[in-house]
This record gives sequence, structure tokens and C-alpha cells, in this order.
Amino acid sequence: MRTRGAATGELLVGLGIGLLFGLALHRSGVTNPDVIINQLLLRDMTVVKVMMSAVVVGGLGIYTLRHFGLVQLHIREASVGSTVIGGLIFGVGFALLGYCPGTAVAAVGEGRLDALFGGIIGMLIGALVYAMVHPRVREVLKMGSMGKQTLWGLLRVPPLVAMVAVSVIIGGLFWWFEVVGL
Amino acid sequence: MVSLADKLFVLGCVLALTGLALGTPPTWSPYMAGALIGVLSWLSLYLVDKPIGTSTTYVRVSGMLARLFSPRSVDENEYMQETGIKVEWQMLLVFGVLLGGLVSALAAGTFGLRWVPEFWVATFGADVWLRMAVALIGGFLVGFGARWADGCTSGHGISGALQLAVVGWIGAICFFVGGIITAMLLYSGGGGAG
Repeated sequence: MRTRGAATGELLVGLGIGLLFGLALHRSGVTNPDVIINQLLLRDMTVVKVMMSAVVVGGLGIYTLRHFGLVQLHIREASVGSTVIGGLIFGVGFALLGYCPGTAVAAVGEGRLDALFGGIIGMLIGALVYAMVHPRVREVLKMGSMGKQTLWGLLRVPPLVAMVAVSVIIGGLFWWFEVVGL
Repeated sequence: MVSLADKLFVLGCVLALTGLALGTPPTWSPYMAGALIGVLSWLSLYLVDKPIGTSTTYVRVSGMLARLFSPRSVDENEYMQETGIKVEWQMLLVFGVLLGGLVSALAAGTFGLRWVPEFWVATFGADVWLRMAVALIGGFLVGFGARWADGCTSGHGISGALQLAVVGWIGAICFFVGGIITAMLLYSGGGGAG
């Protein structure tokens, strides 16, 4: 049983991390739906740069912390029925809207009203309708299940080796972006 | 388990960092912004043993709102019960994102009420109602798809991918494949966007 103090501490940490997350999203430009759409039209790589930088810095840190037993991983299950179908539905909405669930909230903070009245209201309705249909799509979700798989588990290499390899590949991608001016 | 005092200490550091960051140029290098998000992913896993995510909060908030009209249907809904309709860590994180966007925009002088983004005006014109209608449909698909996929751009695309989870990489690729195809069909003729 956790104490009330620990629960409050957890909520405050959430608020603090969210504050800096919102700030980083806003200052990087990804709360602007023009940046999102130009990314989807492959004219501007800002979104990929933000995400992949987070993967390199976050991943190297997490795998180092894990190596010393300070954090544990939280790997969710992958499946064709859930990840691929849900991901494609998300993608279509992403292009219509120009926001994702995180950037829409920060964009409302910036004063973008289509993120609120279109985006967030729509996402709330979407989540609610999903909750209603969930029992009926359960079988579809299990199709092509891969379990709680990781890239290093799949490739049968040590975790840190995989993390360094992914970082080097992303570094190469960034170098290419800068060379061709994306 | 990290102690409450340690959590408060880190929180103080986060607030100090936020204060410092507010004075920086209005536009950051995307690499630097991403690196900061990466550091936040360490903090969330180390301090509260949870990866950063946002889309589950939409289920909880929609459940809370639906409960106002029909408490029974929410309490009897299996998915809502599995998720747990309560105020918890991630909801505070999402509220923090709202505040972060607000203070960042105010400090940078970029805050302003806007209805229709430029990319939309360039292709479909400045009609507010058309934009709202399509944004509502887009939002619906994003909210529905995120729950179907069990994660969004932050839960899968950032937290999943940085833990090298297969679900994170497949999810992120599918978000982009769906998004790129739709955007190419809709907006590639848009004049001002390039």
C-alpha cells in the first residue's frame, strides 16, 4: 500500500515532466500543424529529427540506467491486428488534423483553437467510441501477435549493442538530412 | 523506489530548468528539443517507473465526461474499467503539457488565438466551419486509432521506440505511412506549403 505522500509525489513528477515536454514540443515547432503536414509531405524533417533525437538520447540513457539496475523496461505487445491497423487509422487522422494527442494539447496552450474544438474533442469522442467497440475487435487485435518483443530480442544481440547500432544509424540519417538540406 | 524527497528535489530542478528555458530563443533546434525529451524519458522511468505517453488520458477524460451523463454505461464498460477512470500520473503530465505550451508561447511572444492553420488555408481556404468539421473527423480517427494501436506518437513513437520495442517502431512507421499517403492525396497541390 502506497502512502498519500508517494502518490502526490508521483502526480507532481507527472506535472513537472509534462511542463518541460510541452515546452520542448512548442519550441521545436511541432505544435504547429504546418510543420506536421510538411513532414508528412516529406518537405521538412523536423518531426523525425525531434523523435529520433529523443530515441538516441533517451534510449542510450535508459539502457545505461538499466545496465546498472536503476530502471526497468516497459515493453507493450506488438501485433499486426492492433499496431498496424490502429497505426494506419491514426495516420489518416494525423494528416487530416495536423496534431497528435500530445502536440494538440501543447498547441491549445499556444492558442490554436482547431486543436481544441476539432482535435481534442474529436480525440475524446474517438477514445470513447473505441471503448464501446473494444470487446468486438478483441479478436482482430490478437491477429499476428509478436508478443512483448524488442529489436534486440528479435535480432538476438545484446541490448546495449542494439542501442548503439540504432544510434549510429540515426546519426547517419541526421547527417544525410543536413547534407541534402532537409 | 525513489523517495518523495528525491522526487521533490528533481521537480525543483525541472522547474528551475523550465524558468531558464523560457528565456531561450523562440525556436529551438529540433535535435536539442528531442534530446530534452530523451532526458525526460529517463526521469519518468527512474522516478515513477512509467514511460511517457498521452493517449490513455483521452480514455480517462472521456470516461469522466461520459459518467456525467450515464454513470452505469461507463462503470459497466470493460475497457474503461481496465483503464481505470481516475486522476493519475499521466493526466497530470498531459495537463503539464498544456501549461508548458502556454508558458512557452507567452514567453516567446508567439501566443495568439488562431482558428485555421496555414496549410489548410493554402489548400481548402479560410472557412472556419470546414476546418472544424475535418479537424473533428481527424481527431476522432487519431483518438480511435491511438487506442486501437494501444499507443500514439509519444507512447509508441518516442517511449516505445527508445526502449527498442518492436511495437514502437512498427507503430511509428504505420502512423507515418497512413499520414504520408493521406497528406500526399490531400495537400500535395497546396501552393503556400512548400
